[in-house]
Amino acid sequence: MIELVRTENLHKRFGELEVLKGIDLSVSEGETVVLLGSSGSGKSTLLRCINFMETPSSGRVFIRGEAVGTERAGKLTYNQADLCQLRTKVGMVFQHFNLFPHMTVLQNVMEGQLTVLKRSRKEAGEKSLAQLDRVGLADKAGEYPSRLSGGQKQRVAIARALAMDPRVMLFDEVTSALDPELVGEVLKTMRQLALEGMTMICVTHELGFAYHVANRVLFLNDGAIHEEGNPQQVLRNPQTQRMREFLEGHSLFKLPD
Amino acid sequence: MEWDFTAAFSNIDLLLLGLLNTLKVTGLALCLGIPLGLVLALTRLTHLRPLSLLAAFIIEFFRTTPPLVQLFWFFFAFPILFDINMTAFTAAIVTFSIQSSAFFAEIFRSGIQSIDHGQWEGAKAIGMTRQQSLKRVILPQAVKRMIPAFMERSIELLKTTTLVSTIAYTDLMYQANDLAQKTFRPLEVYSVVALIYFMLIFSVSQLSILIERRLARSGEGTVH
Ligand SMILES: Nc1ncnc2c1ncn2[C@@H]1O[C@H](COP(=O)(O)OP(=O)(O)O)[C@@H](O)[C@H]1O
Ligand SMILES: [Mg+2]
Repeated sequence: MIELVRTENLHKRFGELEVLKGIDLSVSEGETVVLLGSSGSGKSTLLRCINFMETPSSGRVFIRGEAVGTERAGKLTYNQADLCQLRTKVGMVFQHFNLFPHMTVLQNVMEGQLTVLKRSRKEAGEKSLAQLDRVGLADKAGEYPSRLSGGQKQRVAIARALAMDPRVMLFDEVTSALDPELVGEVLKTMRQLALEGMTMICVTHELGFAYHVANRVLFLNDGAIHEEGNPQQVLRNPQTQRMREFLEGHSLFKLPD
Repeated sequence: MEWDFTAAFSNIDLLLLGLLNTLKVTGLALCLGIPLGLVLALTRLTHLRPLSLLAAFIIEFFRTTPPLVQLFWFFFAFPILFDINMTAFTAAIVTFSIQSSAFFAEIFRSGIQSIDHGQWEGAKAIGMTRQQSLKRVILPQAVKRMIPAFMERSIELLKTTTLVSTIAYTDLMYQANDLAQKTFRPLEVYSVVALIYFMLIFSVSQLSILIERRLARSGEGTVH
């Protein structure tokens, strides 16, 4: 199996605060990994270190076996152009969508293809429509984001990331800002992506999604991976006290029988 | 006292020539001042501290010193310092470009900073560079919000250009002074000039109100 993402002894500090204390993570092609953890435990930081929205303080990241950054005199340096290139391969979707409000849905999805991948307008247009169709929003191509519901906005954001042909997708609490009745459509889109074989790392509080869709669940606690395993095992029979507390504290936690 | 506009009206071509020069100075200063303002704003926003501080100093300096002092400095002092000749026109363009760029820089800066940080993130996450994000995502939204302040600043600049008459550049104000002295009709001449400035600035500000309304109405509201 091809290893798409790998982190080795990843550390991240914000000043005095050490958020990640040595994360070793490996994600294979086609895997869906769900990252759990209480608020402030560093889930977003871990995701953001994988696509270098944040620069790790130390440790290494490998994408498709290739180490990111070059080591010179014991110090890691990162080339901005390389990181931009990397981000096209590692898509990211945010809690607050971050769609471009001055562009139509279609233009949003085309933007990265035109400016970063330098695709022709025609090709970018066609690919965008295909991705919008994939998330069920081809009929909204001409609308501005302000006219869409939260669930639709998030699906457009997913299409925008997919249009770059990423090898891995990172989802950071993408349903947390949505009205409860809109959560389902986004989870359905993500589930469909997982079934199509997309490699995904998802931070979510939707334990139902973790249970049914994830191949593996990781529990982040105190800057380290505290517990991990397949969802049935981790969610039904947590091995550690912290994990049990986390699951009990989860008001929404209802496992299917 | 009698109003007699004959002198003012028969020399209206002189006043219109002055108006043309006023518009020339204002227009050129805008064309140079706006891009320069953007450069200053971006320099001010870089993470390189010395550069940022330098830009901040330039901006503050030209916002706080009186424009007349700046104009005199560029017209009288600068040529001595660098041993060059400076026409009144050049001195005016240099002064007002830099002076207005300092104000435009602040408009650009607050406009750019008013855009939600998530917009930078969204652009970055699809592989866009900082420059690409700025050009394609941030500025198009920021500029829209900056238009009222831009318009106000441009009108301010138009008014400030009357100072060039003090270094004998033949703008509208200079022509007015000239004509008032020659014809002994200051009352009529200055009244006509005031009216010309009023009509000019009033139409510009009406235009800006129109643009603001148009922007407010357009579906793609900048706020989501
Ligand atoms: N850019 C930053 N600067 C300083 N502290 C940060 C920054 N980003 C995150 N943190 C801190 O790091 C910790 C982990 O944050 P985060 O990764 O967002 O947690 P989670 O996503 O699990 O809720 C928090 O204490 C947060 O305040
Ligand atoms: Mg988070």
